[in-house]
Amino acid sequence: MSENQNLPDVAREDGHGTVAVSQRFDNPGLPPHRQRVTDIDAAAAKRAERQVATLFGLSGVGTILALVAYFALPYDLEAGYIEHLGQVKLSNALIGVGLFIALFGIGAGAVHWAKTLMPDEERVEERHELRGSDEDRAAALGILSEGAEEAGLGRRPLIRNSLIGAMALAPLPAVVLLRDLGPMPEAKLSETIWKKGTPLVRDPEGGKLKASDLVNGSVVHVLPEGLEETEHPLNEKAKAPVLLIRLDPELLDEASSAGAYEGIVAYSKICTHMGCPVALYEQQTHHLLCPCHQSTFDLRQNCKVIFGPARRPLPQLPITVDEEGYLVAADGFHEAVGPSFWERG
Amino acid sequence: MTTTTTAKKAGSLANWTDERLGASKGVKFLARKIFPDHWSFMLGEVALYSFIILLLTGVFLSLFYIPSAGHTVYDGVYAPLVNQQVSEAYASTVGISFDVRGGLLMRQIHHWAALVFVAAMTVHMFRVFFTGAFRKPRELNWVIGCVLVLLGIVEGFLGYSLPDDLLSGTGIRIASSIILAIPVVGSYLSFFLFGGEFPGESFIPRIYTIHVLLLPAIFLALIGAHLVMLVIQKHTQYPGPGRTNTNVVGYPLFPVYTAKAGGFFFIVFGVITLLSALVTINPIWAYGGYDPSPVTAGSQPDWYMGFMDGAVRLMTGWGEFTAFGFTWSFNILIPALLIPGLMTIPLILYPWIEQWATGDRREHHLLDRPRNVPTRTALGAMGITFYILLWISGGNDIMATVLRLSINDITLTLRVLIFILPPVVYIVTKRICLGMQRKDRDKVLHGRETAVIVRTESGEYFEVHEPLDEYKRWNLVQHETHEPLAELPSEDANGVRRPGAGSGWKRRLSKFYFEQRVEPVTPAELAAAHHDHHGHEAIEATSAHH
Ligand code: HEM
Ligand code: FES
Repeated sequence: MSENQNLPDVAREDGHGTVAVSQRFDNPGLPPHRQRVTDIDAAAAKRAERQVATLFGLSGVGTILALVAYFALPYDLEAGYIEHLGQVKLSNALIGVGLFIALFGIGAGAVHWAKTLMPDEERVEERHELRGSDEDRAAALGILSEGAEEAGLGRRPLIRNSLIGAMALAPLPAVVLLRDLGPMPEAKLSETIWKKGTPLVRDPEGGKLKASDLVNGSVVHVLPEGLEETEHPLNEKAKAPVLLIRLDPELLDEASSAGAYEGIVAYSKICTHMGCPVALYEQQTHHLLCPCHQSTFDLRQNCKVIFGPARRPLPQLPITVDEEGYLVAADGFHEAVGPSFWERG
Repeated sequence: MTTTTTAKKAGSLANWTDERLGASKGVKFLARKIFPDHWSFMLGEVALYSFIILLLTGVFLSLFYIPSAGHTVYDGVYAPLVNQQVSEAYASTVGISFDVRGGLLMRQIHHWAALVFVAAMTVHMFRVFFTGAFRKPRELNWVIGCVLVLLGIVEGFLGYSLPDDLLSGTGIRIASSIILAIPVVGSYLSFFLFGGEFPGESFIPRIYTIHVLLLPAIFLALIGAHLVMLVIQKHTQYPGPGRTNTNVVGYPLFPVYTAKAGGFFFIVFGVITLLSALVTINPIWAYGGYDPSPVTAGSQPDWYMGFMDGAVRLMTGWGEFTAFGFTWSFNILIPALLIPGLMTIPLILYPWIEQWATGDRREHHLLDRPRNVPTRTALGAMGITFYILLWISGGNDIMATVLRLSINDITLTLRVLIFILPPVVYIVTKRICLGMQRKDRDKVLHGRETAVIVRTESGEYFEVHEPLDEYKRWNLVQHETHEPLAELPSEDANGVRRPGAGSGWKRRLSKFYFEQRVEPVTPAELAAAHHDHHGHEAIEATSAHH
């Protein structure tokens, strides 16, 4: 063992970098142990004992409280929901407080017991080197090479190599078997159920709209009619939501005017960043803001991104009216809606 | 029952188990093992205990929760939701909250424990980092710890998604968009994971299996390995009088540590229960079931996802472009995958990076005081600053509302700060550490200030300094410093290359770590200072290389 116990035993290969041992102070060893009151005063020890027992007793009271709260408190399912919410909260809170007392009492009692009544003199245990002794290491090495020799690993490379090959191939089925987790994407990410003539209906209440239903500056959330009749309504709903906004036609640029009807424009509500619904409309600035990462789209510039992490404008849905004057899609979306993906191009 | 009969009964039980399992050997090996005591060692315990709480409450929840995205019409007791189309997962989670007595409490304990679990692991990791507990022979446990933190984040995110409410569904949509952004395979991966298009009906049952079976099994295995290694290698200890690199000073596992640590489990469980009883978390009934169309303004994920959310918010759109007919979404890939990757890889490899700089291959069982390793401490502070800035960025909308500032200004400011602040914190921390070390030297050389002012006969005033006793002094002089490899000749006197002198890179790294340093006081210096008792010059005289 080194002269100074504070320095590691194992010598450095090269001995650089550390201050020479003789230049250092010596470890003074453990300071003398100081006794606690409970070590010298029997009355104090008795008091500590009673405190511990009180904490354990308190825990029992907590358990009873939790049980009483469980059984005795009304949990009346007929109540109006506000009262019901209140009852649920009261019941849970009291069961919780009871449980807290039950658990905390045990914990605090045990710690107090250890701190006041169990020995508090620190003990010393020696560490042993983690590596095996040189003999152990030699023996282990001997066993391994003997075993390898017995198996003929070195002598019969054909066996070894074919085994490695077999092991490398064997997991393949495990990967292939995952193939049926889902279908191929095909063109699904690029399609929505909007097509020429699909009526716009209010989201969520339903009902078709006429141009006169929208006043200047108003926003209406819409969905394509017939969404619920599709095979996977929720999947379609993840792509189809549209925002309908009426602006002063003067404000629209040329590109957006083309798909507009009397100043009413329709844009995909699905953020081109990560797909959150973009639905905060600032009337003064004519900006649409996505609540997830604050991408901001400018309605006067065909929903171009003017701030935030999104790159692409919100795709516009060209709209018109049918014979009865209801707003309908003039065509489907001309590009994929929502977040980007590799094949989007 | 009298004491003797109790003892007899206990004796025969002990005999029974020993003859079948050899239990006495285990008791002999374990029961009196010494564990050092320090408040910072309780951080890992908090993590372990919250994991146990998660297991207990999680099993309770799984008795009532229905892992299905199948559609149903809510007809429970919560009036505002009645007749709404929701998933069975959502309906059953509302059911746990309202129809099962104590169910809401269990949900809240489970959720609070999850928050505490990841937080405790993270702070525990900081403790291990700043005290150098990751050094040989504990590198493997460092790696396991890093993996546990990462898996904890994943597990928490999946659990958070199980109720299938509006908030968590939005989180899943974001996760699916990150997957879609992966070049070449993104769309396929997403379709395989979701069993088709988002959201589909496969996702909830799939993440349920991962959340309650796969990941908990991995946690158990890794935590088990973590603890077995702890026993084999024995716990590190803080330096102090009587504590050396070859001993462990502390209390025996039985009874003192059993009582303290076991008691602490109940305290942690109790406090988390109280928190859950009084503070509502994740009131999913107020959000409604998941629906891709409605919005929740100001939606926030659980705290541990915040840094990734923040990174995503800081990014600008320029990262996305089309080339060769394909879409490259670096506006998503950089913050959501690259930055977390670049944060975790150096973290996992850190023990080896530092080992390379020190060339030190010895075992270390005595912890460092963070000030005595200024470069490591400063690097850690820099990393934490970066992390916290990302985390704050995740709350930019909340800050904008609370501080009534423009969200754009806040985001732009954070975009600048993320580059400037971490290096500044590095420099400041390093200076603080070096300053504290000089203060330590001063204390050793001139004693503790007593606040007693004495007037000498000649009219001079000075403060009485009381010399440190040898135990207090030891705390300030016990550490060793490293010299940069570059300051040692790479060849010995005979022109033979010294082993371990290192390559150019290694020397540069070593210089970066150890060029600035303050050596601990030596006995000779102390003697000199006593000799010349006003000798303030002596403080700096030997603290080389500033
Ligand atoms: C490291 C471990 C774990 C973490 C971090 C974790 C985290 C979470 C979180 C954050 C939730 C959402 C709770 C809410 O607000 O509703 C959750 C839900 C859930 N967890 Fe865990 N969990 C863990 C382990 C487990 C285990 C071991 C089980 C079961 C054996 C489990 C079963 C469940 C169930 C059934 C739910 C859904 C019910 C509900 O949300 O109320 N969890 N988990
Ligand atoms: S999803 Fe809209 S900004 Fe990210």
